[in-house]
Amino acid sequence: MKLRILAALLRKEIILMRHNPLMPKVIFMMPLMVMLIIPLVANLDVKNVNIAVVDNDMSQLSRRIIADINAAEELSVIHVSQSHSAAMTEIENGNADVLLTIPFNYAVNFASASGKASVDVEANGVNATKGLLGARYVTESVAATLSAFSSETGISLPNASSSIIYRYNPTLDFKNYMIPALMVVLLIIICGFLPALNLVSEKETGTIEAMNVTPVSRTIFVLSKLIPFWVIAIIVVTIGILIGRFVYGLAPAGNIGAIYLAAILFSLTMSGLGLTIANSSSTMLQTIFVMFAFIMIFQLMGGLFTPIASMPSWAQLITYIIPPRYFIEIMRSVYLKGASIIELWQQYSALAIFAIGLLSISAVTYKKRS
Amino acid sequence: MDNPKKVISVKDLTKKFGSFTAVDHISFDVTEGEIFGFLGANGAGKTTAMRMLCGLSYPTSGTGTVAGFDITTDAEDIKRNIGYMSQKFSLYSNLTVIENLRLFSTIYGMSDKEFKSASENLFKDLEMEDMRTTLVGDIPVGWRQKLAFATATIHTPKVVFLDEPTGGVDPVTRRRFWELIYEASSKGMTIFVTTHYLDEAEYCNRVSIMVDGKISALDNPTALKEKYRATTMDEVFRIVAKQAKREE
Repeated sequence: MKLRILAALLRKEIILMRHNPLMPKVIFMMPLMVMLIIPLVANLDVKNVNIAVVDNDMSQLSRRIIADINAAEELSVIHVSQSHSAAMTEIENGNADVLLTIPFNYAVNFASASGKASVDVEANGVNATKGLLGARYVTESVAATLSAFSSETGISLPNASSSIIYRYNPTLDFKNYMIPALMVVLLIIICGFLPALNLVSEKETGTIEAMNVTPVSRTIFVLSKLIPFWVIAIIVVTIGILIGRFVYGLAPAGNIGAIYLAAILFSLTMSGLGLTIANSSSTMLQTIFVMFAFIMIFQLMGGLFTPIASMPSWAQLITYIIPPRYFIEIMRSVYLKGASIIELWQQYSALAIFAIGLLSISAVTYKKRS
Repeated sequence: MDNPKKVISVKDLTKKFGSFTAVDHISFDVTEGEIFGFLGANGAGKTTAMRMLCGLSYPTSGTGTVAGFDITTDAEDIKRNIGYMSQKFSLYSNLTVIENLRLFSTIYGMSDKEFKSASENLFKDLEMEDMRTTLVGDIPVGWRQKLAFATATIHTPKVVFLDEPTGGVDPVTRRRFWELIYEASSKGMTIFVTTHYLDEAEYCNRVSIMVDGKISALDNPTALKEKYRATTMDEVFRIVAKQAKREE
């Protein structure tokens, strides 16, 4: 009996979705666009750092340092002079990002291994990421040149150099970091916004009153609103995984079932939140604004673009009540590290608790009477 | 139930929105099979009162029963026994005629077989046989109102609440609509109807006129006309509604 009613309501939702010209675009076009375009444009990899060099040494070593920098893929030397102010002008004009100064008698001091031989690196901090990474690239390049030079000439290096290996994402390719995160964004939008807007549109057209005056139970009605979007969420995740695999060559290192389980739990959570917001608003505009406030916080504090570990400790505490945090952790761990459900049981349980909690709240706050 | 004949019974029903009293201690009974006209100017509180009876709105105070169930505590039981046609058209305009009817019939627990025979009869009654697969949004207003009525009555409820069912409908269709109401009434359904068309008030068994949230007059049309020395219900309404102090 209840199942028959649910089936009838679901059929209604599906017919209405088919009549809505926006739905296929949202279900298929949005994931395609987001997955195909955003990883290419929202890219934090720093390429093409321009270097201005003040070469006061004019030695064989200094020229070799400059040549090696210029040979590096990400770096190009655009200015070499003996004048610091001339090089600084290049930075001020925005032509150069990093300024390298090789002091007088650098090669001589280096050969004498007095430990006083050092170069100065100045970076343009306006674009913090580029400056930081650019300065690091230059330092690494100089260190590599020095170590090659010293082994050729038999000078022992004053300080030991370190080598860094990036595990799980060896090339530090930003795309590998981005693709799992973008699927999170898609689910936030699809499962947070769409069921909420769907419910509020029934309020706006008045059809919800025709429902409220019938004996249909609110659990059944809420389920009929959510189930279609859960199915859509699965489709969207599948599209995301396929694009990740075949366009970017990023296959999940872990179990694909672990990804789907997390995606389902997260969809339940977001749709519960969306409906709770819809229940307390009477127009679409209201819903969109409130939902937007949540989504801003989710995206900026969920660890999507900036690591949670580098937030102040009070902010880190807040992130524990932000559901996407757990989903992002799961997606990255499963995708890049191949973590299993058992290893991530805390994140999965947190998502499950959010899902049950928010869905219950959405069913309870749905009022058939005013 | 003390009196099985009373299908709606209301005592001191009140609804306040903040300091505004939309419905002010109204009391009345509606007997089984009756066509009860619920009249009043815009803003008099008709819709608010009706929404309380249908279990869409909580009464602030007062008691009442509909189809034998308490309006405060057993609203969901009431909903199984009533049909409601709201003032604002509220069927799904992107569903076809038959899809809308099937949806509501399923919610009211009708089987496919019951739905099939009920809907065939309805299409015949409504002269809508060639419209069953038309989108509801594409059919003219008059037909839409008839369809909304059909949806509210497909499960032969004990009471049917109609909130201005003939608003924006042409005179011929309006006449036809009242024939449908009479047919429903003859099947044993009690009709509770609000309207602004005073000629329609003449078709009702009994009429109440609400002014400023209170029921100012309640009787059968003939008695009302005698009491206010009027020849038509229109005159009766003008005399009674003139007492209104509150603005719309």
